[in-house]
Amino acid sequence: MKPAPFDYVRPGSLEEALQALAGHPEAKVLAGGQSLVPLLSMRLAAPAVLVDINELPDLDHVNVGADGVRVGALARHAQVLADADVARVQPLVTKALANVAHATIRNRGTTVGSLVHADAAAEMPMVLQLLGGSLDVVGPQGRRTIPVEELYVGPLESSLHHDEIAVEAFFPALAAGTGVAFEEIARRHGDYAMCGVAAVVTVDGERVVAAKAGYLSVSDIPAVVDLTEALDGEMTNASLARAADAALAVLEPETDIHATADYRAHLARVLTARVVSAAYQNAREEQQS
Amino acid sequence: MTTKMMGAKVQRVEDERLVRGTGRYVDDVALDALHTAVLRSPHAHARIVSIDVDAVLDVEGVHAVWTYDDLEGAMAEPLPLLIPHPTLTQGRTQYALAKDEVNYVGEAIAFVVADDRYIAEDALARIAVEFELLPAVVGVEAAREAANLVHDDVPGNVAARMEQSNGDAAAAIAAAPHTLSLDLKIERSACMPMEGRGTVARWDPDQNRLQVWTSTQTSTGVRAAVAAKLGLDLGQVDVITPDVGGGFGVKIVHPWPEELLVPLAAQKLGRAVKFTEDRREHFISSAHERAQVHHVEVGFDDEGRVLGLDVRFWHDHGAYTPYGLIVPIITSTQLLGPYKPGAYHVQFDSLYTNTVIVTPYRGAGRPQGCFVMERTMDAIAAELGKDRADVRAVNFIQPDEFPYDQGLIFQDGRELKYDSGDYPAMLDKIKELVDWDNFESFREAKAAEGKRVGLGLACYVEGTGVGPYEGAHVHIETSGKVKVATGLTSQGQGHQTAFAQIVADELGVRFEDVEITTGDTRRMAYAVGTFASRAAVMSGSAIHLAAKRAKEKALRIAADALEADIDDLEIVDGVVSVKGTDSSIPLGTIAVLSNPLRYAFDEASKAATQFNVGDPTKPPVAEDDEPGLEGKDFYSPPRSTFASGMHAVIVETDVETAEIRILKYAVVHDCGHLINPMIVEGQIHGGVAQGVGGALYERMAYDESGQLLNASFMDFLMPYVTEVPESIEIDHLETPSPLNPLGIKGAGEAGVIPGSAAFAAAIEDAERLTITAMPISPSELFALRAAQKESK
Repeated sequence: MKPAPFDYVRPGSLEEALQALAGHPEAKVLAGGQSLVPLLSMRLAAPAVLVDINELPDLDHVNVGADGVRVGALARHAQVLADADVARVQPLVTKALANVAHATIRNRGTTVGSLVHADAAAEMPMVLQLLGGSLDVVGPQGRRTIPVEELYVGPLESSLHHDEIAVEAFFPALAAGTGVAFEEIARRHGDYAMCGVAAVVTVDGERVVAAKAGYLSVSDIPAVVDLTEALDGEMTNASLARAADAALAVLEPETDIHATADYRAHLARVLTARVVSAAYQNAREEQQS
Repeated sequence: MTTKMMGAKVQRVEDERLVRGTGRYVDDVALDALHTAVLRSPHAHARIVSIDVDAVLDVEGVHAVWTYDDLEGAMAEPLPLLIPHPTLTQGRTQYALAKDEVNYVGEAIAFVVADDRYIAEDALARIAVEFELLPAVVGVEAAREAANLVHDDVPGNVAARMEQSNGDAAAAIAAAPHTLSLDLKIERSACMPMEGRGTVARWDPDQNRLQVWTSTQTSTGVRAAVAAKLGLDLGQVDVITPDVGGGFGVKIVHPWPEELLVPLAAQKLGRAVKFTEDRREHFISSAHERAQVHHVEVGFDDEGRVLGLDVRFWHDHGAYTPYGLIVPIITSTQLLGPYKPGAYHVQFDSLYTNTVIVTPYRGAGRPQGCFVMERTMDAIAAELGKDRADVRAVNFIQPDEFPYDQGLIFQDGRELKYDSGDYPAMLDKIKELVDWDNFESFREAKAAEGKRVGLGLACYVEGTGVGPYEGAHVHIETSGKVKVATGLTSQGQGHQTAFAQIVADELGVRFEDVEITTGDTRRMAYAVGTFASRAAVMSGSAIHLAAKRAKEKALRIAADALEADIDDLEIVDGVVSVKGTDSSIPLGTIAVLSNPLRYAFDEASKAATQFNVGDPTKPPVAEDDEPGLEGKDFYSPPRSTFASGMHAVIVETDVETAEIRILKYAVVHDCGHLINPMIVEGQIHGGVAQGVGGALYERMAYDESGQLLNASFMDFLMPYVTEVPESIEIDHLETPSPLNPLGIKGAGEAGVIPGSAAFAAAIEDAERLTITAMPISPSELFALRAAQKESK
């Protein structure tokens, strides 16, 4: 379990980093390394060059504004998780991050790195998708913003170009009258979930105005389902069952060594009801406060 | 008076070192060593057509690359079959490097020595092997079908068939008022020590000697194997076992291919050479255990008393049988637990499969046996509508029936004769710990909250402290410090602490003046090893006896020096004194006097000059004496001691998600006299954690082609601290063993044995559906619920 030989560069500026990437079609960007380093050690990945971006200046920020949360490429999960302003402006980010792996991994792993890794079993890509966020990347042609709708194009595949570096993610703020909730079920604490669900529900009085849910580990690419129509404005056992049906019509759970497709579908159903109603309660409290 | 150390909760002296990361493991030795890597078979079953290593020779930093063709003499013979048995008629072992055929994914094919492990792994990638694929046999079912054979010359894939009886079980079952049949299954798991296997060797051309450090449970075993395979005299080989990061059974297997190849490379290359196993290698090339399929026929009376028991089972032995039939023999004998089964018949087939070898893992066949017996007890209770504890109680061996002969032959070839125990008292204790009698009201209260809970109980007896022997050497130095050596090895059990307690008590010295060395063949060349919960019983007893001899000599010399009667002497804090007087002599001074030297070096020597010992008309060292203040002795028991225990667990099964939560875990344990209750409780905690793993999380996910799909800690689910019970309630019972001077029994494996049995019972009790296979995951519980719903 030792990596194949690779070259290693640790540029001090974004320009140098971009040059390093441009010069090596086989290069990989290293940030927190929590996914990449095990892949290297198991020789499942063998890039010719690692471009370590940990020395790049001004990328470890977590900026919170009225419109949302901006997370720099070198901000660690733990740093984002501990930020009280993040929890206030977009609590779903905080709730989801608490479920990302273990403290030691969160201390090193970066939120933007997880977004770029594009794993449909990982919490943060799904959350970005659910919230309708975006990712800023810098390449030879300059800086561009990729809306999340255009970010995830296949299993473990994002629309970033090889010569681009993701520099900042944007998670929009929680809208007024809106509540969020998150729950996942994993075999062990901190493992990838067998199924996980996040929900964003907007209310007007007791009525549901809009509802969306995001799903973990039951699709190839981060999945978000609009449940507004299925709920038909109400929050009842019957409407929640309709919402779960709507979700399951879209999701494609698969069997692996930890859970059958049937069981994952069952969890998606159970968690849809739990999480959507919890988000609804959260919205009602939000509205009353 | 010195405080008695035996039975005291003495803080482990090892912990400072081990917990702070200053332990010294094999990988910490010989930092200048060359490193090695092993090319392992990617196929479960294949013939090797050709191997081309030419491309490796060009790699800079590579010192050697070997395949089977490079091995000579005994190294070219198969590895030893360590424990033969008359019924193991088709025993097979692998070669250090595969010859012609590979029989599991992970089997060693080629060996590379290089400057570092990175280069060695790069080199492996350049070896070209042409395989002719053969069909793989995976799992008990495929092995029994025998549509394909693992070894061409082993018909039916049957390595061994063994049978034992006590009475006529078939007749007893036929005549019984009630009968039941059960089919019960346990899956594969593995030891998974934090430190994998590892070996370092250094050849000293000046001394013509080989020094080997290896992460093993038997340094003397490895020494003999290395000497035999390399054609060296035993006296040319030292094997040293430094700190070992866990064994749990896998490291009693020896010699591993690398334990021979590394010393051979060190000798041939004249450099220190090191092998450090990585985690993936540990998954695919060490050993697994547990997979067995069982069929039970039982006959019983209206009270639930078992009149006849017939068990047939099939043991998945993996590709080879280097450790003989120990695991299935233990299942077949120890499944009887604390019960008198009336007539008993057991038969097992040990089956070859194209998977990693199966050798003992903590519990060693007992978790399966306990699962079979305890599931049977629960089934009888369900059939008769009786309390599950009551059914067990009517089957118990009673306290006045010891020694109790089960009429079978145990794994050590000796009678399965229980030395002592008190199972009814133990049942009372566990029922109290878990509030057994009030569980129904707890269940109702939880049901009112919409929650589903269940209670399970499992009982076991564990044969511990098997022979043949262990020895100890106690040396009291002139400083008064006591150096003790015993040959078996330590893997973190706390031997340094527990053994020092025994010495402190027997010799009357301060605990902190005692130093224990284990697993170093230079200090104790005769030893067996650390397995079968035997260290405390075997080495503990030997150390006690050796300390006693040293004490006898000390008192003899002291009596001479102090001109007193031996019976009037006592030793307190390392000083011998005549009781009730101020006449005294320190043990260090006695050590000086015991060695009639010509030269004086130090204060201790000067201090000794005030005493006058020996008869000046006789030789300085008497005919039947020897110089030095030492004691050496061996302990060899007639048969095993039998520890016992009962576990109870309360689980909640999530009504919606089928998740399984542990609400309470309780243990009553009897290992005779306790040397150190803190260490025993630590052993129980660790065992219970492994039991939780075996019951709820761990399995080896082989696919049909024999690929292990979960060969990493990401997918092989060992419980984290978050998955084991927050607290474990423990109560002890102490029925001393009559077989050894300290009245002790083993405690190392106990905690893991009843895990699957107790959890299966608790989940069954919560869910009201029958559990016949373990481990169980939420996904599987969900499937069982769905199947039950469908059948209604």
